[in-house]
Amino acid sequence: MIALSDYLLFGAVLFMISLAGIFLNRKNLIIILMCIELLLLAVNTNLVAFSHYLNDVQGEIFVFFILTVAAAEAAIGLAILVLVFRHRKHITVDDLDQLKG
Amino acid sequence: MSFEQLVFYAFAGISSLAALMMITVRNPVKAALWLVLTFISAAGVWLLAESEFLGLVLILVYVGAVMVLFLFVVMMLDINLAEMKEGFAQYAPVGALVALVVFGLIYLVVGPEHFGLDKTGLPVTHGPDYSNTKEIAVPLYTQHAYAFVLAAVLLLVGIVAAIALTLRRRGPRDALYQDIDAQVRVRAEDRLTMVKMAPEVEPDVSSKNEEEEGAK
Amino acid sequence: MSTLHTILTVLLVAPLIGSIIAGLFGRQIGRKGAHSVTIAAVALSTVLAAWVFALFVIQGHEPYNASLYTWMISDGIKFEIGYLIDSLSATMMLVVTFVSLMVHIYTIGYMDHDADYPPENPYYQRFFSYISLFTFSMLSLVMANNFLQLFFGWEAVGLVSYLLIGFYMKRESAIQANLKAFLVNRVGDFGFVLGIAIVVMYFGTLDYQTFFNGLDAHKDDVIDFGWGPVSMITAATLLLFVGAMGKSAQMPLHVWLPESMEGPTPISALIHAATMVTAGIFMVARLSPAYELSEVALSVVLLVGAITAFMMGLLGIVQNDIKRVVAYSTLSQLGYMTAALGVSAYAAGMFHVITHAFFKALLFLAAGSVIIAMHHDQDIRNMGGLKKYMPITYWTMLIGSLALIGFPGFSGFFSKDSIIMATEASEQFGAGFAHLLLVAGVFVTAFYTFRMFFLVFHAPESEYVRTHDIHESPKVVTVPLILLSIPAVLVGWPMIGPILSGSYFADSIFVLPEHDVLREIYEHHFHGALNMVIHGLFTLPVWLSFAGVALAWYMYIKNPALPARVQQACPVCYRILENGYGFDRFNEIVFVNGSRKLGEFFWKVIDQTIIDGWMVNGTANLVAVAARNWRQLQTGYLYHYAFVMIFGTLILLLWALW
Repeated sequence: MIALSDYLLFGAVLFMISLAGIFLNRKNLIIILMCIELLLLAVNTNLVAFSHYLNDVQGEIFVFFILTVAAAEAAIGLAILVLVFRHRKHITVDDLDQLKG
Repeated sequence: MSFEQLVFYAFAGISSLAALMMITVRNPVKAALWLVLTFISAAGVWLLAESEFLGLVLILVYVGAVMVLFLFVVMMLDINLAEMKEGFAQYAPVGALVALVVFGLIYLVVGPEHFGLDKTGLPVTHGPDYSNTKEIAVPLYTQHAYAFVLAAVLLLVGIVAAIALTLRRRGPRDALYQDIDAQVRVRAEDRLTMVKMAPEVEPDVSSKNEEEEGAK
Repeated sequence: MSTLHTILTVLLVAPLIGSIIAGLFGRQIGRKGAHSVTIAAVALSTVLAAWVFALFVIQGHEPYNASLYTWMISDGIKFEIGYLIDSLSATMMLVVTFVSLMVHIYTIGYMDHDADYPPENPYYQRFFSYISLFTFSMLSLVMANNFLQLFFGWEAVGLVSYLLIGFYMKRESAIQANLKAFLVNRVGDFGFVLGIAIVVMYFGTLDYQTFFNGLDAHKDDVIDFGWGPVSMITAATLLLFVGAMGKSAQMPLHVWLPESMEGPTPISALIHAATMVTAGIFMVARLSPAYELSEVALSVVLLVGAITAFMMGLLGIVQNDIKRVVAYSTLSQLGYMTAALGVSAYAAGMFHVITHAFFKALLFLAAGSVIIAMHHDQDIRNMGGLKKYMPITYWTMLIGSLALIGFPGFSGFFSKDSIIMATEASEQFGAGFAHLLLVAGVFVTAFYTFRMFFLVFHAPESEYVRTHDIHESPKVVTVPLILLSIPAVLVGWPMIGPILSGSYFADSIFVLPEHDVLREIYEHHFHGALNMVIHGLFTLPVWLSFAGVALAWYMYIKNPALPARVQQACPVCYRILENGYGFDRFNEIVFVNGSRKLGEFFWKVIDQTIIDGWMVNGTANLVAVAARNWRQLQTGYLYHYAFVMIFGTLILLLWALW
């Protein structure tokens, strides 16, 4: 049978890959947004797995809400990205350093 | 290895590989497609965990809506692909190392030692008449009704915000609009002007031709 | 409100109203209006003061102690304005108002024209406003029945004296002098305020009567200043006496008084001879019940007074400015008064205050008259032979001088002789030494007074006198001189008996029986005023004063070359005297330069370097430097922030797994 740890480690693998994606990617802002979606997926996987093993549906409800928020976040994130592109004509992460001290 | 495990590892493996491809490919369109694959196989894993509703929602909402949105945006933007992956190789070893270390630590926390089958026991399995959708729906519409409404409002706000952010007034030169009102209201006098002018007598064509020929 | 109360209030406030009218509406009412209104107000006060004097001193009315107005009550301590009228304050009131009236009248002549100001400048009205305001301040000081009002009057006379000394505000020396007077008085006032603070702290009251009533209960209290217990009464009285030293110009706080001669002569007469400087004497006499309880304080008072009397007299010898000679004689006479207080002969001290007020005002006004005649040249070496040009001034000045040196029969004789006898009879610590100094002081006084007198009136006419038209001063100047010379001669005769017997100030001055030297003199040596005069002719002080006059005559009339030879024989002595024992130099070096250095230290080091440099700007610089370096952490790159987050998670996990 599939152990809970298998699910959790699957989530951990996805999480680490997406994290690595965030800080390895120096050029494309869209990839970073995608990685954030993947992060949320990894977390959701954990919740789903615990919900299954604890036989408690609350975890899945939580996932439902996370998906909702993630959808909204993706929409607004993309909107901002479009604005950035419209303004600067590129979305290269390396050049987006307005916050530099 | 049971069939279930086989399916799990297959989905998990595909998902992980697709995620890896997603962060390594040069072309963002391809990356988005790899992400789609990741989502779909992750949805398969969720199905194995008996959360059928969420697995399907993941495919429908994420793959069907969000990822399409991503693709849409990616294609809309004019991105220089040549420089897209510059510097990746330079940072990859460090990134991989850190990721592996963190993964190792997470493994120590959530690995089989703490969450193996012998620790948690088998999950409760349900019969074929079990409806995951109904199980989620009842508490969602009762216990979490307020949060549910809030989530709906949040989505609405998300829509409004996204539109408000990207909407821009276009000048008359940027796009052509059809002003139906103006078209209906237009009258003949506005467009047609009668001009009186002296009649012009058509010159004699034959004599002209003769003159030309004479000149030659 | 009783009739008496109304009269006292009118008496007190009239000069204030006169001052306000002359000061604020001076331009509208003009010169004539200004001097009319202020003189009328002071004359009214004088008449009323005479009435009060008659009521309290001659008829022996019970002391009148009443509050006029309660300003506020804070923590049980009442801040009031009120009157304590008895023979002491009634006498002072009459002296103050009378001398002030004389000075007011005299001022009409003295301030008539002034080179410093254009005619349209209302300096004339301002001057009258000031001297009336001064009269009000002094009256409120002497009429007070509590420390608050005493302090108000004390500070008010200080303020007005500041204004008046610096009246010639375009002269730098005048500005320096009034600043000096103000600052030196502040030193005294500092002690004075501390003394009042001790009174308030231990007695919980500002009222004299409550204070006196509480003395018995508190006389054994001690204050621990950190170096051992000190009697509370001693500490309070000594601190109050520091205030008196400032106001009454006792060493070493005397330095302001000679300088204050920069002011116009009328105010030298009014403030620096007759009234303000006597405030300290008056205060000690008023607080006699407290001083009686502290032998230490009395001895300090005695020694300070005696030393001042002798040392300041010596300085008078080398002065060449006519007003400064009189000023040093004032210092010396104030020393006599203070010494009298020190041997518990408060009555004798006050007696000398009264006689001194008359003859010293007379001397100052006479000196002013000479100055007018000399067209504001004050150097006695430029005078000489003025006798024939200014007969009235000559005779009045002679009367004043004789009174000052204690010529038998003149008022100064009675008061000064009783002080000298009191020091002789006293068993107070230091009384023998003080007696010696005071007797020697008599000789010195006679010498410098007649040195000035002979140089001004009898010496050969100087170049200036020969070439200029010198004439007697106008009536407004001479009439006050004549009026003042009457009490300068006569006031001693009727007063000496009651003063010595103690009946004059019976109810207002308290003396312990074992301290009561005047009573002893009265019982054993006094046989009437005439007898005292005759007996006085055979005593050492009178002979010493004759000797002083004779020496002055010999040195400055008979053999005018002698002073220069004496000066050459002992140049060091001369220089010491000329420099006033170096008090000014000492103050200059230690206090002026010291505080300037201290101020520079606080300014440059404490303020600019430490507070501004290190604390204020240092904080800002530290933040700026830190921010400049630390902001490098903020690269602005998304992946750096993500990396840091991962790193944080890593640490967190390690910590969780530990």
